[in-house]
Amino acid sequence: MSLTPSELDKARSILGREPNQTETGIFDVMWSEHCSYKSSRLHLKKLPTQGERVLVGPGENAGIIDIGTSPSGERYAIAFKIESHNHPSFIEPFQGAATGVGGILRDIFTMGARPIAVMDAIRFGPLDDPENGDRNKRILEGVVSGIAHYGNCFGVPTVGGETQFEPCYNGNPLVNVFALGVFRVDDIFFGRASGIGNPVIYVGAKTGRDGIHGASMASAEFTEESKQKRPNVQVGDPFMEKLLLEACLEAMRTGAIVGIQDMGAAGLTCSTCEMGSRAGTGVEIDLALVPQRETGMSPYDIMLSESQERMLIVADKGREDEVFAVFRKWGLDAVTIGFVTGDGLLRVKNHGTVVAEIPNRELADEAPLYDRPHGVAPFRPAPMEAPEFSSRDLNADLLALVGSGDLCSKRWIWQQYDYQVRTNTIAGPGGDAAIVRIKETGQSIAMSLDGNPRYCALSPREGARLIVAECCRNLATVGAVPVAATNNLNFGNPERPEIMAQIVEAIEGIKEACLFFETPITGGNVSLYNETLGEAIWPTPVMGIVGLMKTGSPVTIPFKEQGRAVILLGGMGSSDLTRFGGTQYAKVVLKTMWGLPPALDLEHEKKVQTAIRQIVNEGFAESAHDVSDGGLAVALAECTSGGIGAAVEIPVDIADLRAELALFHEGPSRILLSTADPAAVEKIANLHGVEALRLGVTMKERLRIDQRSVTLLDCPIGRLQEVWANALESQLSLQHV
Amino acid sequence: MRIGVVVFPGSNCDHDACYAVSHNLGHQAEYIWHDSPSLGNVDAVILPGGFSYGDYLRCGAIAKFSPVMGAVQKFAGDGGLVLGICNGFQVLVESGLLPGALLRNRDLKFVCRTVTLRVETTNTPFTSGARRGQLLRIPVAHGEGCYYADAETLAELKAEDRVVLRYLDNPNGSLDDIAGICNARRNVMGLMPHPERAADPLMGSTDGRVILESMIASLATPQFAAPQALTA
Repeated sequence: MSLTPSELDKARSILGREPNQTETGIFDVMWSEHCSYKSSRLHLKKLPTQGERVLVGPGENAGIIDIGTSPSGERYAIAFKIESHNHPSFIEPFQGAATGVGGILRDIFTMGARPIAVMDAIRFGPLDDPENGDRNKRILEGVVSGIAHYGNCFGVPTVGGETQFEPCYNGNPLVNVFALGVFRVDDIFFGRASGIGNPVIYVGAKTGRDGIHGASMASAEFTEESKQKRPNVQVGDPFMEKLLLEACLEAMRTGAIVGIQDMGAAGLTCSTCEMGSRAGTGVEIDLALVPQRETGMSPYDIMLSESQERMLIVADKGREDEVFAVFRKWGLDAVTIGFVTGDGLLRVKNHGTVVAEIPNRELADEAPLYDRPHGVAPFRPAPMEAPEFSSRDLNADLLALVGSGDLCSKRWIWQQYDYQVRTNTIAGPGGDAAIVRIKETGQSIAMSLDGNPRYCALSPREGARLIVAECCRNLATVGAVPVAATNNLNFGNPERPEIMAQIVEAIEGIKEACLFFETPITGGNVSLYNETLGEAIWPTPVMGIVGLMKTGSPVTIPFKEQGRAVILLGGMGSSDLTRFGGTQYAKVVLKTMWGLPPALDLEHEKKVQTAIRQIVNEGFAESAHDVSDGGLAVALAECTSGGIGAAVEIPVDIADLRAELALFHEGPSRILLSTADPAAVEKIANLHGVEALRLGVTMKERLRIDQRSVTLLDCPIGRLQEVWANALESQLSLQHV
Repeated sequence: MRIGVVVFPGSNCDHDACYAVSHNLGHQAEYIWHDSPSLGNVDAVILPGGFSYGDYLRCGAIAKFSPVMGAVQKFAGDGGLVLGICNGFQVLVESGLLPGALLRNRDLKFVCRTVTLRVETTNTPFTSGARRGQLLRIPVAHGEGCYYADAETLAELKAEDRVVLRYLDNPNGSLDDIAGICNARRNVMGLMPHPERAADPLMGSTDGRVILESMIASLATPQFAAPQALTA
């Protein structure tokens, strides 16, 4: 149990008596960090949540935005959110990741939307870590196959994501899953227990002892004992979830459902008290009626179980049979376990005897709220000063970068995901942004998922701003307009002021950038206590941003034809030694980190994005790719993945950037494109006051980069591709003996 | 033409097959629930991809006991066209409508990617519109698509020109690069690749259309007209 003495006092004062064991367990999970956001709520309130397209903001199972009207005149919306499953994925990678996917999918379809896309942001310790490499490989393989197992069987395409490696994730991998669904605005459902006397119906899988205390486990640091917490990890059944999806959507169409909520973290406890609290009602249930797959379960077990693939439905009294008929068709349990009352209480009976009685509102919405001390500088794991360095072989540096864990091709991962099912995937994994068409409306949704723990370790605020900017740039690069965002805040122990300061600073950065790009946050997740044996992960806010665009053939990364102009939109960007310390070059080649993240000028960034959007949408870009991790040289190398190379020259007037910086700095607001009509591209760039730097031309076979007529780098693209394409697989197959 | 798409619990490419038939090819498509003892008034049947019954026990092993499979057996026995895609192929094999078995992929991992197929015979109602030797770019997405048959069966398939499609870049370890086969009567075909995912230019390839279009065009021929049409 993790309730503090003062929290227990608060529970006593709410009840006016001593809570019994079951009630204590209920308070414990509902007031856990995971369920109550007690350390972050105060700061999350600062985030922008309003916008003209926002139909449902934070506080529901998922945020919802209006995407406009179909040709037949019906208004459509998308529901989306991101959730973490970090702790379970460390203890049991396959099931931890699988149930992470299952949980977020239920959040989407409980609102009435059919899930049409999933993306994953996953982070591990390095695969070549001398001590933990083999374990990190096992975790990665388990997480990837868990995601594949669940998403593929459920029938939702996994269309993108990101994978990164840092030693800080050795004992604490991160698994953040984003899901998005589509529906008509008229078909939105809420988790509300409205209508006194209405039946409360339990549907889906039977309740077992799995996952008890999962929410509490996710709210504590890892210790040596955590390895014994495997029973706390839930077990997923994607087939059951697929049936539950179809049955729920079909039952919703009967019109007999008043409110519905999935049983996720804190299971039956959370769904009953939250549905009651939102509606201002009470809920009375009898646990003897709950379908159980084990014998001898106590009320405590049943209330706290996190068995998967279960939902709670409040139906119109008298129309239960319509709901039951649908679930019977799909072969699922559906049982009335109680009813809505007017007294505002969660009353739990077992065979008619009251075993718990707690006011819904106080339990769900009046969890303790902490203003954790944060008046110190955020913890920084790196010095400010740059070391002395000088490259001996820039070709070798580039090969090392494209073969590094963060930058190499992730095909080995995403080929295990069905990224095409439902035939909506216009741009799948491996691009700057994924694009999924909405068949009903004729438009498409672009989405980008991004984090950057190196930048955030150096400056949580600047790092967070850069992440938002990059997500929006990714969307602009495929021609989409960013409209809304979700975030997953992964941090260490908030009770340490230097960690709390990271959280507060990152939220400030997200707030500033999301306001600037007009991408309100419609929901998200906070995962704290990501620490193992006292060592915190680097601050890892992850953003998922969605954009709207016309449906059409996508502009992709690879160069398409020889002899095309290569243009760097936004120019060479700026950097200096201090701003170079968070780059992949510093990480991979120099094996260190220092200074600050790249500088970001929001106004300039927006101009670049507006320009690329217009260039892409008017059809002038044959290829387009955002310059980010690894800088210009890595971006160029990635553009050669289609078999066409390039010869480029870094112009003399910015040659005061030394070669390593010119090639590998990660200054934002830059997009690399190839075009048959450079004049048209330049004209649009001029219109927006953005530099369109003509770097060179595409050609076959080689990537050559000159500066002041000196060749810095000249590499056969076959060699680049070989290293880039095979790096992950060869790292995974190496065993440390 | 009216194409029936069977929906087993766990089918998840049923929408895609219906969409390809109705929106990309402009024919009628309807769902047939697995519990239905009859196929209704359809001209051909597609068993779609997915994870029927969660693929528990073995892929397709439980689906073959669905009530609708009796009707599919009868329809096929009467000469009706039946196309099994991915999990549908697995169901056809488990049901005995096609020979052989589909094992776990060679590297034991699910694989989703676009592969190149070669049309090995046009003497089937599913490839009559293609050219022999024509190359088709069509996605696969499966964990258990490694085709296997004993030597005798393989010899028979070859002798009777029943290997319909082969992989040029075998993604799963299938015996003899086999991607799709048909029965002796040539009215039942199974393939692991997903032609319905290659029926719309936005999906990157329209090479799958030739299979669906051949099937629909064949319904207009006396040899492969729907059984009901013959009796009517």
